Amino acid sequence: MLTKKFLRQGEPYVWATSLALSMILFIVFLLMYVVLANGILVFWPKEVSQAIMTDGSLVLGEKIRQEKDPATGGQRFQFKVGNRDLYGLDFKWVDAQKVKTLSRPEAAFVLERQEHGNFYGFLQELKTPGLHSPAEMGMTLQAARDIIEPQRAEVSKIEKKIATLNHKVEQSNNRLARLLYKKEGASPAAAAVRAEIEELKTEFDRLVEILNSKRAIVAANVAVMVDANGREKIIALADIVRCYQPNDMSWLEKCSYYMSRIKELLIAEPRESNTEGGLFPAIFGTIMLVFMMSILSFPVGVLAGIYLREYAKEGYLVKTVRIAVNNLAGIPSIVYGIFGLGFFVYGVGGQIDQLFFAEKLPTPTFGTGGILWASMTLGLLTVPVVIVATEEALGSIPPGIREGSQALAATKFQTLTRILLPMASPGILTGFILAMARAAGEVAPLMITGVVKLAPALPLDTIFPYLHLDRKFMHLGFHIYDIGFQSPNVEAAKPMVYVTTLLLILIVIIMTSTAIYLRNRMRERFSVADL
Amino acid sequence: MSHPVNPIMSAENPQVAVEHLNLFYGTAQALIDVSFGIPKSQVTALIGPSGCGKSTFLRCINRMNDLVEGLRVEGLITIDGENINDPALDVIELRRKVGMVFQKWNPFPKSIYENVVYGLRIAGIKERSVLDQAAEQSLKRAALWDEVKDRLQQSAMGLSGGQMQRLCIARAVAVHPEIILMDEPCSALDPRSTARIEQLIRELRDEYTIIIVTHNMQQAARISDYTAYMYLGELIEYGPTQKLFTVPERQETEEYITGRFG
Repeated sequence: MLTKKFLRQGEPYVWATSLALSMILFIVFLLMYVVLANGILVFWPKEVSQAIMTDGSLVLGEKIRQEKDPATGGQRFQFKVGNRDLYGLDFKWVDAQKVKTLSRPEAAFVLERQEHGNFYGFLQELKTPGLHSPAEMGMTLQAARDIIEPQRAEVSKIEKKIATLNHKVEQSNNRLARLLYKKEGASPAAAAVRAEIEELKTEFDRLVEILNSKRAIVAANVAVMVDANGREKIIALADIVRCYQPNDMSWLEKCSYYMSRIKELLIAEPRESNTEGGLFPAIFGTIMLVFMMSILSFPVGVLAGIYLREYAKEGYLVKTVRIAVNNLAGIPSIVYGIFGLGFFVYGVGGQIDQLFFAEKLPTPTFGTGGILWASMTLGLLTVPVVIVATEEALGSIPPGIREGSQALAATKFQTLTRILLPMASPGILTGFILAMARAAGEVAPLMITGVVKLAPALPLDTIFPYLHLDRKFMHLGFHIYDIGFQSPNVEAAKPMVYVTTLLLILIVIIMTSTAIYLRNRMRERFSVADL
Repeated sequence: MSHPVNPIMSAENPQVAVEHLNLFYGTAQALIDVSFGIPKSQVTALIGPSGCGKSTFLRCINRMNDLVEGLRVEGLITIDGENINDPALDVIELRRKVGMVFQKWNPFPKSIYENVVYGLRIAGIKERSVLDQAAEQSLKRAALWDEVKDRLQQSAMGLSGGQMQRLCIARAVAVHPEIILMDEPCSALDPRSTARIEQLIRELRDEYTIIIVTHNMQQAARISDYTAYMYLGELIEYGPTQKLFTVPERQETEEYITGRFG
């Protein structure tokens, strides 16, 4: 009796539905919390602690964790001690009971280096033979590094020049190969190309000589550092990316350091097998992939949806096609990847190589993974979503609107382009948003159709023909997998995993909110809710 | 059961002539041997109970039924002597000549201005001055100009129901049709809006041949010159409104208009 009344009140149904929503929200917030809590402070400078042990040795580094030692039952600390070239490992466990005192030496330096990770230690001496600065004696490490910076920049400029030159040599070699392939090796054209290559090689040798001398000058400028226990390490100034004394930094300095790390993250190339440095190539690759996927898949999907809804005669065949399209969205993405590899990469790409790049074979041009094939594979994966969205959007337009337009002597096609498509555009855009979000987060199919751990060049650059659709590319999603699970130094890569995840989520949010904003504006414009 | 054709059913000088029209949805027959002539520049009302085939008949005249699958038409409909079901006839031309206003107003989600000139744009007219002039004229014809002249570029979705229906009439008038079909244009409107539209129909009579389907017999009596009474797909009686409502020739008609049935 009571339960019956209770059920009739409807309360339990409200609870059940709200419980389901709360569960989902809890999981989403937990995920966001984990990513944010771990990701947002990765770049904040952490203080350096020095532990004096009972046996008299010293441990210097960032104290990152404290936990119960499973072996002894006592407490233990984990220190990030860095100095991989000296110790072999970045991390060290220290038994809390063997620590005599913990201190924060203000003079402690942290050096971010081009290689071998961070260095934690103290400055002993600066050796700057090439620099005749009046304040040489009292110069700080930072100032010395800043002075050496233009010279280092010059070295990398020459390095870039050499890379461009290399590219030119390669192109000329390809031209020669093409001539040889056509059996025109003795023609004047071939002779000209050979002369060109000779010329380029002379230039190459000259640049290498300049580079070597410059490098020698730069390398002579070093800082003599010592670790906590007085072990000496000589570090070239040019190898130092950043140097700072975290225990002696004001809040403002810490902020400026944080911003400089964020800037590096967004615009710089990765270092140290992707665990340090920036993510620019991966950000670029992810965005370009989503854009190319959109360009390839959206027009096809919208057209197919229009045909299904507006032109195809309703019947068993259309019903079957509709069910098939809906089911396509449920196929595991790795299957699309394998299909993309077999059909696009080996099939279509292989044929293109045979027809247009035969002289380069057996080195494949399009017959290997690349951004074009990855975009097409992702396009195939997302096209069902677009078709379904287009169909639903067209189907939800009141029939009176179609009749009204046709009664005014509009053809079916005019009705479609002038009335129906604008009205369906918010719904179609919703499909785009779903498709984009899915494509941006997809990793499995990319791994076999063109994503790489480290791409030597972007798929879009300033070298003709600017857009290199055959190039492999980097991707944030794959980056997470790669540094998180495939890295030789997983512990050191962990902060970067969180940062990359945060960045990927941010990019997806930015892209989808732009699309949602557009969709809402169109919805306002084309709403016929009152009809 | 076939009724004899009333002599008046072949009115003199008909603009729309219907001869032995049969219409089938699949195997079901919706119109049975309908024959009559609709005079030019007059208002002709089609009355009858729901499901008697009035709207179906109306939609035959501008071939809106083409959009319905499984529908078949037999017999002859001519407009100015031209068979409109001739395969060689351009249905777009026909619809330019025969405009239509629907039961449920259906303005497009565009500005008021764009709604009115839609038919002209479809016909390929681009000159701004021509469009502006047509918009103003048509809105004036539809007695809507004074209410919307200051917000032509605003969305038509902001209008009231009666205004939307008048907008639909303006839209139909803008392409200068010869015939305007109206499918219960007032059935979803309040009495005041209905009165405005009835007034409008009386004004439009001089220039257009109007065929109106209505549920409302008083309305038919008020606005039409001729009335046709249909029942179960058949044309029962057709004649001048005055005569049909005062001295109907047939028993069924009388029963319907006096309210004993229907």
